[in-house]
Amino acid sequence: MRAVGVFLAVTLSLALQTTLARFLARGNVAVDLVLVAVVYVALTSGPVTGLFCGAIAGLIQDALSSGLIGIGGLAKTVVGFLAGIIGTQFIVTHSLPRFVVFFGATAVHAAIFMGLYILLDLRHFDAPYAAVARQALANAIVGVIAFQLVELLPGVVERRRDARGRLRR
Amino acid sequence: MAIADIRTRTGYLFLAVVLGHILLISAQVNSRSGVPVLESVTFGLFSEVQRVVFGVTSGVRNVWTGYVGLRRVKQENDALKAQLSEAQIALQAQRALADRARGLEQLLQLRDRTTLETSAAQIIGAAATPDFRTVTIDKGTEAGLRVDMAIIAPAGVVGRVVVASRRAAKVQLLIDRNAAAGAIIERSRAQGVVIGGGDERLLLEYMSEGFDVAVGDEVVTSGIDGIYPKGLVIGKVDDVEKAGAAYRRISVRPAVNFSTLEEVLVVMSPTPTRESAAGGSGSHE
Repeated sequence: MRAVGVFLAVTLSLALQTTLARFLARGNVAVDLVLVAVVYVALTSGPVTGLFCGAIAGLIQDALSSGLIGIGGLAKTVVGFLAGIIGTQFIVTHSLPRFVVFFGATAVHAAIFMGLYILLDLRHFDAPYAAVARQALANAIVGVIAFQLVELLPGVVERRRDARGRLRR
Repeated sequence: MAIADIRTRTGYLFLAVVLGHILLISAQVNSRSGVPVLESVTFGLFSEVQRVVFGVTSGVRNVWTGYVGLRRVKQENDALKAQLSEAQIALQAQRALADRARGLEQLLQLRDRTTLETSAAQIIGAAATPDFRTVTIDKGTEAGLRVDMAIIAPAGVVGRVVVASRRAAKVQLLIDRNAAAGAIIERSRAQGVVIGGGDERLLLEYMSEGFDVAVGDEVVTSGIDGIYPKGLVIGKVDDVEKAGAAYRRISVRPAVNFSTLEEVLVVMSPTPTRESAAGGSGSHE
């Protein structure tokens, strides 16, 4: 059941990312919805699910892009694993800790991703700090909102069901 | 308490997935020498194993040849001394001939065959799979070796360096299926390309119809590939099949016996073509 959920989360985020990417990218701000999904899955399901989710999502992303296959996969694997560990070792139920995790995860992801490309002398990134900070901020906001929505959803459905029951009576 | 203990099952799983990614990336990336990083690193590690195995086997062989196999040395020694005397007489005659040839060469200003700067290397391993005809030599980038340097033996052309690690290098033999060299028939000056047959034989291809090729013709390097210096012996034509005026198949027997090779020479001096290519690409580096 969890695997299906993870698969759905990755697929949905990929679908959204590939279809909405041009709308989400404003100037230098580009939200990575797949990364948000990976961190979300890792925080809710633990390090093993997080690392596998990161690996699969990253590899699919790599395959769809024109870069080297594996660099995004490796970055998201590490992020998924670390976020999973944080999710199991710390209480991350409030918005602020979640915000910090999403923000930090984006920074770690960018460091690994860009670091590997620079290390392999394949691409150069001119002063990426501001762009990474903006993306981290955007990812953190989207991530926190996603958490809130998912947590609110069951309550909303239940309240609507109760309201319908009262009307019938 | 540490946040995560890497010695747990999850930790090992994480390391395995990360390693998988690194291997995947390495397989796609070329090193500075143009060889995939994975191949370069694997070769570098495996060549050290080959070095150790070679050290052990050569040690055993040295003990055998140095002590056990010294029974008929006296007779051999006498025979060799006699041979040496004959060779010294022959050398005198050859030297006289060489002096004459050198004089003529200077006279005609045909000194395109510059002296080759070489470095001796020992073969320490063979290919891991029989599908590829390669050997490992005990010298690498530390000794100045680079990819595409020509490897020769006293008898003739051996191959070229395809992977160079710090202390070893992989040499693609000329008989490998993927190997090729610009060639010229010494008698008729007909140009072609010698291609490895995968076995102990070479094929001479892309020959012009108008040129004459006969069994026994000596084939030498033409130097146009930028790897092998001009004039090195490749082998002799041992079979010619014709279909009308065109050559269907020209087989060349290599001058070098690849199965008994133990020591080779690495051509360190750049060929004129390689030098000009390096000069042209220098701005990209």
